[in-house]
Amino acid sequence: MLVLILGISSIVFAQEKTIAFKGALIYPVVGKPIQKGVMLIQHGKIVSIGDESMPIPANAEIKDATGKVIMPGIVDTHSHLGGPQGGDNSNPIQPEARVMDAIDPTSDGFKKALAGGITTINVMPGSGHLMSGQTVYLKMREGKIIEDLLITNEKGIFGGLKMANGTNSIRNGNGYPGTRAKSASLIRELFIKAQAYKKQIEKAGKDSSKMPERDIRMEPLVEVLKGTRVVHFHTHKSNDILTVIRLSKEFGFKPVLHHLSEGWKVADEIAKAGLYCSLIIIDAPGGKLEAVNLTLETAAILDKSGVSFGFHTDDGVTDSRLFLRSAAMCIRAGLSKEKALEGLTIAGAKMLDLSSSVGSLEKGKDADFVLLSGDPFSVYTKVEQTWVEGVKRFDLSNPSDKAFLTGGFGVYSADRGEFHQHGNEEEIGD
Amino acid sequence: MKNISILFLLLISTVASAQIAIQAEMIYPVGASPIQNGVILIENGKIKKIGAAAEIKIPENYIIQTGKIATPGFIDARTVIGMSGVLNIAVDQDQLEKSSPIQPELRAIDAYNPYETLVSVARSYGVTTIHTGHGIGALVSGQTMIAKTKNGTTDQVTINPFCMLAMTIGPSVSEHFSSPGTKAKQVAMIRTELMKAQQYLKKMTTTDSNKLPDFDLKMDALSKLLKGEIKAVITANTAVDIMNAIRLAKAFNFKLVLDGAAEAYRLTNEIKAAKAEVILHATMARNEGDMLNMNRESAAILTAAGIPVSIESGYEGYVPKTRIVLLEAAVALANGLSFNDALASITINPAKVLGIDKKLGSLEIGKDADIVLFNGDPFEYTSQVTAVMIDGEWAFQKSN
Repeated sequence: MLVLILGISSIVFAQEKTIAFKGALIYPVVGKPIQKGVMLIQHGKIVSIGDESMPIPANAEIKDATGKVIMPGIVDTHSHLGGPQGGDNSNPIQPEARVMDAIDPTSDGFKKALAGGITTINVMPGSGHLMSGQTVYLKMREGKIIEDLLITNEKGIFGGLKMANGTNSIRNGNGYPGTRAKSASLIRELFIKAQAYKKQIEKAGKDSSKMPERDIRMEPLVEVLKGTRVVHFHTHKSNDILTVIRLSKEFGFKPVLHHLSEGWKVADEIAKAGLYCSLIIIDAPGGKLEAVNLTLETAAILDKSGVSFGFHTDDGVTDSRLFLRSAAMCIRAGLSKEKALEGLTIAGAKMLDLSSSVGSLEKGKDADFVLLSGDPFSVYTKVEQTWVEGVKRFDLSNPSDKAFLTGGFGVYSADRGEFHQHGNEEEIGD
Repeated sequence: MKNISILFLLLISTVASAQIAIQAEMIYPVGASPIQNGVILIENGKIKKIGAAAEIKIPENYIIQTGKIATPGFIDARTVIGMSGVLNIAVDQDQLEKSSPIQPELRAIDAYNPYETLVSVARSYGVTTIHTGHGIGALVSGQTMIAKTKNGTTDQVTINPFCMLAMTIGPSVSEHFSSPGTKAKQVAMIRTELMKAQQYLKKMTTTDSNKLPDFDLKMDALSKLLKGEIKAVITANTAVDIMNAIRLAKAFNFKLVLDGAAEAYRLTNEIKAAKAEVILHATMARNEGDMLNMNRESAAILTAAGIPVSIESGYEGYVPKTRIVLLEAAVALANGLSFNDALASITINPAKVLGIDKKLGSLEIGKDADIVLFNGDPFEYTSQVTAVMIDGEWAFQKSN
């Protein structure tokens, strides 16, 4: 009982004291880099941020970060950590399925995210379905139940809706589409039905007797049509990307486009549609037909066309511990360092409607940040500490934390579940 | 007509006997101290001279190419590119024949595609030599070969058509075949086959030509292993599987190269005692299945224990279809391996394992002119490969 009380009190009174980080090169992302910066945090929020002239309260605990680099906690817009599972094979369209009912909030997979400096993630079901279910936005807090990790965004919602087109969701049987045209027509039928359901609700107004019966398949789609729930759309080939744009225009929703192996081919069309892009960064092409034409230059090309883009790990496809490296590889292929930083932070926050609380280091935002030994994009740099809402969640100097960075005997469990199935073949992430 | 033939002659001369001088701000020759402001003279595809710019006079007829950093061409210690294609559909997957778990007679040169997309992708990252061929997933999946990544027919690019026998001990075998289903059965099946090969070899030594056994492709390939003419590269990741490979090598007295070796860091003494060489899995490989306990510090740990490490791209069944050894060595560097050891892990160390260190693996007079130029630290994520030379000819130039 005493332990329980202590446990609770440590959460309630977390970070009562002001902590001042002093001397680091700070990348606030919104605003210019600050040499020898000072950042004050209290109650899990950023109290103030500025240069060395900024006064530090006398009672503050001072952390000397001279020679270090501080950047915002990284936002991963597409991950499969925590065992969300791909989705069952009974039906290609499952808007009612929620990954919050599947994820193990204590999964050691989340340690990978923290070791990589990631503090906010969008955990999604797989891409083996046209619509595989509802995603969750999670903060990498310590937690026992999924609610401990959930974050409600500016639209009052804690997740999006996962959709996919192209080959992953084309399968045999159980009503799955056999072609791309059928894939699109099934989605159009669904949204037309959702439009009608939404209209019924609107018609009923406050008259509960006229309300349609609750339909948990329709409800998330109504949220999509109202613009409160974001569709996260897995799409690779240029023709599939254009199909998503066509659907979004017809039904008036604004999806975030994910992966985009051939996004470079239709960069202008994406820019014109004004859709966010979330890119996966892969070192070499191939492995599936839709990824044969992928290139590391995609980010630089999208940037030139004026597309707003960010990055994701798709963990287990790429490793959360190497997410900074993903953005660095885009710099190798022509992207600016500024855009690479934005792509890891504020861009992703916007895609999840979370930019008022995460994605940059600004007064009043969550104290989510990464303390690095040097330049964020250097092979010689280490993530030394990862802080979530004013709590240090990863510390490289702690051997048990370091083990999650390097791996080793008995470090990770076998049932982490970032690997899931597409149809009959076991595949990794998507 | 005359003009055309002169032009033709000029073309031939630049290709066949190009004399090139590379000037670099820093040359990492591997095995010798780095050279600041260095020069490499290349003639007939070989390194003629290498040293400080102050000490080497560049002859007038040499074409000068400048670069910031120069390293030897990289050697991928074990890969399946050219066998396992970029599309990942049945028609371009030749790394694993699933009709039987033991097929040492399968030659890599009969399947290798030197023009495969992934070969050119590797080349663009400075990989100039690959140890490729049959993959993981069968007890004996077939033969391996060594090739340059330059354009040309298989015959033109091959350095060694039969380098090693590719073997696997571990769960991936049982995924592809109904039998063996267990570790014990896997080892028993290999032992059975090697004992047959011992008998075959014995019969082959007879002086009575009437008693010679019928020539057997399978037995012939295994005999080469037992005679020590080739090595076995055995993919084994868990400590149990690694010890099984070591036990087999001891029992049948063959030369063992451990591949994958995810838990080798637990068995450094045993590996050294067995004199086994190690080709380590890609540093960015996924920690699942029999690689659950992989450690990103493995390369550093093994090196510190006195075991030279060669880093491989290995085999990937999904996205990305191949890894790139330069990028994998960089992540090993990020996890405790020194710069020099990281460079050695993709140059001279694999050259020694593959028996090609007399002509490859470092920048020395007389060795093949396989050279990579960078615009910065070779291992920095943001550095770019600016040019790649294979056998004295430019095989890749970065477009601006």
